[in-house]
Amino acid sequence: MNASPDELIRPSRHFRTVRFDFISFFFTGLTGLATFLILAILLVILANILFNGLPGLSWRFVSTIPKKDFFDPATTGVLPMIIGTTFRVLVMTLFVIPVGVTTAVYLTEYAPASALVTRIIRAAVNNLAGVPSIVFGLFGLGFFINFLGRNLDALLHNPGPVWGQPALIWASLTLAVMTLPVVIVATEESLKAIPSGLREASLALGATKLETIVKIVLPQALPGILTGGILAVSRAAGEVAPILFTGVAYYMASLPHRLNDQFMDLGYHVFVLSTQSPDIEKTRPILFATVVVLLLLTFTLNFVAVLIRSRVRKKLRSLA
Amino acid sequence: MGIHRGHRARPLEWLAEKSILLVSLSTILVVFLIFLFVAREALPVFLGRMSSALIQPAIPVAEIDRHPAKELCKYLGLTPEQFAKMDRETLKELLQVKIEAQEEIPAEFRADPDALANTTLWEYLLRPHQWTGYQKPSFIWQPVGQIKKYNLIPLFVGSLKTTLVGLLFSVPLAIGAAIYVSQLARPRVREIVKPAIEMLAGIPSVVVGFFALLVMASVLQSLFRYETRLNAFVAGLALGFAVIPLVFSIAEDALTSVPRSYTQAALALGASRWQTAWQIVLPAALPGVFAATMLGFGRAIGETMIVLMVCSASVLSWSVFDSARSITTTIAAEMAEAVSGDVHYRILFMLGTLLFAATFFSNLIADLVIHRLKRRLEGKA
Repeated sequence: MNASPDELIRPSRHFRTVRFDFISFFFTGLTGLATFLILAILLVILANILFNGLPGLSWRFVSTIPKKDFFDPATTGVLPMIIGTTFRVLVMTLFVIPVGVTTAVYLTEYAPASALVTRIIRAAVNNLAGVPSIVFGLFGLGFFINFLGRNLDALLHNPGPVWGQPALIWASLTLAVMTLPVVIVATEESLKAIPSGLREASLALGATKLETIVKIVLPQALPGILTGGILAVSRAAGEVAPILFTGVAYYMASLPHRLNDQFMDLGYHVFVLSTQSPDIEKTRPILFATVVVLLLLTFTLNFVAVLIRSRVRKKLRSLA
Repeated sequence: MGIHRGHRARPLEWLAEKSILLVSLSTILVVFLIFLFVAREALPVFLGRMSSALIQPAIPVAEIDRHPAKELCKYLGLTPEQFAKMDRETLKELLQVKIEAQEEIPAEFRADPDALANTTLWEYLLRPHQWTGYQKPSFIWQPVGQIKKYNLIPLFVGSLKTTLVGLLFSVPLAIGAAIYVSQLARPRVREIVKPAIEMLAGIPSVVVGFFALLVMASVLQSLFRYETRLNAFVAGLALGFAVIPLVFSIAEDALTSVPRSYTQAALALGASRWQTAWQIVLPAALPGVFAATMLGFGRAIGETMIVLMVCSASVLSWSVFDSARSITTTIAAEMAEAVSGDVHYRILFMLGTLLFAATFFSNLIADLVIHRLKRRLEGKA
């Protein structure tokens, strides 16, 4: 009798078996807040860098080869650093992609899933991904320069160190070792996504396993391999610690044009500008601009890789 | 006939398979080589064969014949090949140079007992020592100057301090976000958050370090009003930025791989989404979350550029609001000054070996834990 017409029409309160659960609400909110906070961190970093860096960016800045004193905002530029970074990552891809793709092919196409050797290779790949970048730098110095380089010099009877000193090739090789897991994981993912029907059809038609891999599987996996390569390049482009002792130079009067030249580097330049500037307030604009150039380089590459990957995933989903 | 083709020996196929296997084995080889060549440079220190003592017993030129070749070779710091090439006169000159170098040591150090100490022994590397001029035994890393002090404890403390701050900040955030994105949020949120976190992972660490140095340091100082502008706290927070994407993606992966039937059963019994996530999914995926934390630890303790740019003073202090010098920072900052083959150089490589060992084991444990978890969730074990 006391019930209002509204309550008679709506489901009665007694039907709602689950009461409003404050604890659930609170913790859902808390985890949501954590997610939001992470997004906020990303936004603040990017917004701050872009806001401060974009005004300093100009065509002159990216196309000028600076003189010895690169702290002067009026005359400085980052062309040699862009070229150095590009050169070192390109040389790196020449080494890392063949080895990485071959390993991924072995792991997906040949390896017996439960064999010990497969398990060890996987563990090695995972472990390689977690080795600190500075240790790669030490490895580059100890193995490539002190061992390979010096022995090469002795073998070629060079009067002074030609290969036994920091050089672009050693930096690239060090980075290739470091980014190997990136290429392997990305390629493996794309190989696994190829429907096994394709392989079986090829084998049923009389193609050998090798023919199937080379003519059917790898062409299908090409976008995935490309993604892996680009991700590796974008990761390597921003790394500074592994090249500190293996090839980077504080200043070079000429651009690198041989494999045993040293080079200037964008990431290292950011480090130099922010820690060794005689007047940080004066160099601030060029510092932010250099960071923007570095971020544009790595993010563009990342973006392209993600784009290719999502397209491949969609295509494969429709195939499967 | 055609059916028999599959059984014919195909040398090319065999060769291809074996060479592909060989290339894949190179990944194992590389891990070995890294350990081998980093440890090789550090070996003389591990074995206690280096001496950093300032004053060393000198061999007078006249006594050149009384010492065996091997001893002379070691005394002069020559390799056997170099030694073999030298004639007697050159050796005598080298001995003379060595004596003159000893004579150039300032008089104040001659009476100093520390000048006789070989500071590369474990006793000096790990335990406090009362150096001349200090009030009490202390841990000091000071690789420059006449008497070089290589105590590793300040560096360990520096690494631990920044790593702990980084993990305390990043792990709860990353795991909270992983729970939210994988269990509680609508699928659309996931489509925004995952690429954003990938983007965060794509920021080079030198850029994070730069941001911490130029922007965060000042903002945090005005917020918390501590004394030292560049300290372990700032470095730790910045480290957290680098660790978040890694911990998030591993934890999210582990949480997502919990079978849907678990969740559906819990929801059908009337549990709320949060109760399901907290009481059913999280316990099932706990090893994965633990592994994510381990990997985060490895990443944080091995990060170089961020800590290098933010703080560098090597004073032993447990306070996070003081500066700190981590293991990685020390290697990066001092390798350029160290002369190839000398004590300082080898000790830096020793730090690298220890770092490699620490991350190797934390990665290995994480790898095993994830592997077992995946097998269990797939119902194979």
